[in-house]
Amino acid sequence: MSFTFDYEANADRLEEFESFIDKEKTKKGSLMAILHKGQKLFGYLPIEIQEIISKKTKIPIAEIYGVVTFYSQFSLVPKGKHEIGVCLGTACYVRGAQDVLDEVKDQLGIDVGGTTSDLNFSIQATRCIGACGLAPVMTISGDVYGKLKTEDIKEILDSYRNEEVKK
Amino acid sequence: MALRDNRFANINSLYNKQVLICGDTGCRSSKSDEMEEEIREALKEANAEEKIDVVRVGCFGLCEAGPIAVVYPGGKFYAYLKEGDGRRIVKEDLLGDKTIDELIYPESLSDDIVKSIYDVSFYTKQKKIAHKNCGVINPDSIEEYIALDGYLGLHKALNEMSPQEVIDEIKESGLRGRGGGGFPTGLKWQFTKDAEGSPKYVLCNADEGDPGAFMDRSILEGDPYSVIEAMTIAGYAINANYGFIYIRAEYPSAVEKLESSIKKAKELGLLGNNIMGTDFSFDLELRLGAGAFVCGEEMALIESIEGKRGIPRNKPPFPANEGLWGKPTLINNVETYANIAQIIYKGSDWFSSIGTEKSHGTKVFTLGGNIKRTGIIEVPMGTTLRDIIYEIGGGIIGDKEFKAVQTGGPSGGCITKDYLDTPIDYDNLTALGSMMGSGGMIVMDDSTCMVDIARFFLEFTVDESCGKCTPCREGTKRMLEILEKIVAGKGTLEDIDTLENLGNMIKISSLCGLGQSAPNPVLSTLRYFRDEYEAHVVDKKCPAGHCKALLEYYIDDTCIGCRKCARNCPVNCISGKPKEVHVIDTEACIKCGNCMEVCPTNSVHLR
Repeated sequence: MSFTFDYEANADRLEEFESFIDKEKTKKGSLMAILHKGQKLFGYLPIEIQEIISKKTKIPIAEIYGVVTFYSQFSLVPKGKHEIGVCLGTACYVRGAQDVLDEVKDQLGIDVGGTTSDLNFSIQATRCIGACGLAPVMTISGDVYGKLKTEDIKEILDSYRNEEVKK
Repeated sequence: MALRDNRFANINSLYNKQVLICGDTGCRSSKSDEMEEEIREALKEANAEEKIDVVRVGCFGLCEAGPIAVVYPGGKFYAYLKEGDGRRIVKEDLLGDKTIDELIYPESLSDDIVKSIYDVSFYTKQKKIAHKNCGVINPDSIEEYIALDGYLGLHKALNEMSPQEVIDEIKESGLRGRGGGGFPTGLKWQFTKDAEGSPKYVLCNADEGDPGAFMDRSILEGDPYSVIEAMTIAGYAINANYGFIYIRAEYPSAVEKLESSIKKAKELGLLGNNIMGTDFSFDLELRLGAGAFVCGEEMALIESIEGKRGIPRNKPPFPANEGLWGKPTLINNVETYANIAQIIYKGSDWFSSIGTEKSHGTKVFTLGGNIKRTGIIEVPMGTTLRDIIYEIGGGIIGDKEFKAVQTGGPSGGCITKDYLDTPIDYDNLTALGSMMGSGGMIVMDDSTCMVDIARFFLEFTVDESCGKCTPCREGTKRMLEILEKIVAGKGTLEDIDTLENLGNMIKISSLCGLGQSAPNPVLSTLRYFRDEYEAHVVDKKCPAGHCKALLEYYIDDTCIGCRKCARNCPVNCISGKPKEVHVIDTEACIKCGNCMEVCPTNSVHLR
């Protein structure tokens, strides 16, 4: 599914982003920091943003695209309002993380790396978040859910869905 | 501090009592933030904030028992705390001087005596060097770090030792790289010192990517200054004035801790110009990764700091000669650094007296998987796997049998129960076809299918391969395809041989450590569990009962013959007379699972 970048809605962020680039670009090896900032501000790094970086830093856009697509935390599609990360670290895997992930995918009807069309949820299969004592673990918008069973998933997702309705 | 130092004495202190709460990611995930707030609120309501000190410390190690609160004096170990328990601790213990038996970690309580946290069996066989301050000091307080011998190592190095003497001390200690490779640390320092070119750089590899390993994170969160001090010592030894810590962005609270610690060290003149009044200057900066496992490889890490894709370079030249921006670069892992200051301060003799003949000191491991006490442990080199899994880890969950322990993450291998008494050190683990790795230890019980675990790790490496060299990029993918075929019940005996050949080939022909070790999980499971592979391809059975495609449904003799399953079977493959045990025709069965779902007596099973 495709998403269009909205310059108007992002005007303030763009201004902040450009001054950040101006400040950082003289530092050696600052591209990663710039991309982190962009990902944080806009929730993704569309080609429009990569063009801005390229113009300001004089790094060829092909190289920027190469870096963006290399690292799993940089994304070309917007992340959902609630980012779900199902841990597929070994400790979680041997305690049934795959079943948890499959259940989340079924419930939301999207695949790993995807975002629901209402931009509410996106799923990532994360590597170890270091909470192995609680395996299997899932995070939603930074909240950690441990010792999960597949039958818990619906209720947890609903609590985030309902939050939407309330607002 | 005094209260924590002197565990049993109620000595004069600003406070009467202290309560330590674990602030490591593990415990915070089990809501230790809320616990702290609850305790603080209750103290405020009781007007007792002046009397009782609430301290946020790093990891205690026993993550499974989180959230944890420890009350001093005495080191009373409150575990598995829930909402409301914080208030009880304040009211009954901190203010009422009464131990709350039912909240104490069960093993701490014997014959009416409350044992200190460090006297329970999880801790008694451990020895802490790299983790000595974790769970003891408040990591936000540089003063507490200094109070427990912090910065004495740097002070000694700068004032009493020449750079060469520092390196000699590290060499003599026998410290080897804790990130996995096990290369002698002192030698690495020597190469970088002797290399021509300037400036030189000191790097810290904090890109802990092995799934199931989190000991570096807990050091960074629980004792960040130990790494900062060590990097400063390293700078002095190799004549570098600048360093970078490359840390994965998946560890936000470690990043936060490091940022504030670097700032505080600068304020106190422990980083920056003229450190401790000497003419040595050193400064540090953080660089964030963005989710690429290969960046834990030193050359890939260097590329990533330079702002590029994390693709390994050919070696030689090694980083010691041509590293970051082509300059001589020293790169060590977090845990390695966490040993340095203590070696300098206490001397190499002290360090080399711990451990085995060839592997000195301790190693931190993270225990995970099907084991009772999951968490972080630190043991002297030479401790046996049996001690770790049964004495420290408390054994396997439930009544299941121990099957294997996986060490070294996606680069390591499995070790079976025949080798449980092997003393752990670098050489012994390598001889068993596994490796020390960074220290992840995943325990598996008999319900774990070894073929599927091998497939899981291959899936990981295929995903994380940077794509530069063909053996790794293409080879691991082909291996994964074969493994997927086998777990789906479509494999042949020939596939197993191909898998083995391919694995050995990838091992010798890949460019970097990722590819060279990627086949290890497959090769080591083939070595110890070949029969399990053969069962998958010959008998089309998964002995562990894990691979869904190979399982069959059957009805046991508790069946009451109610006919419910037969009526619900979409392909009519269940036969049997009413009130008699029914039978499933496995040839015709489509494994929909309806029968299992509708059975009122739970008589339908998978095998």
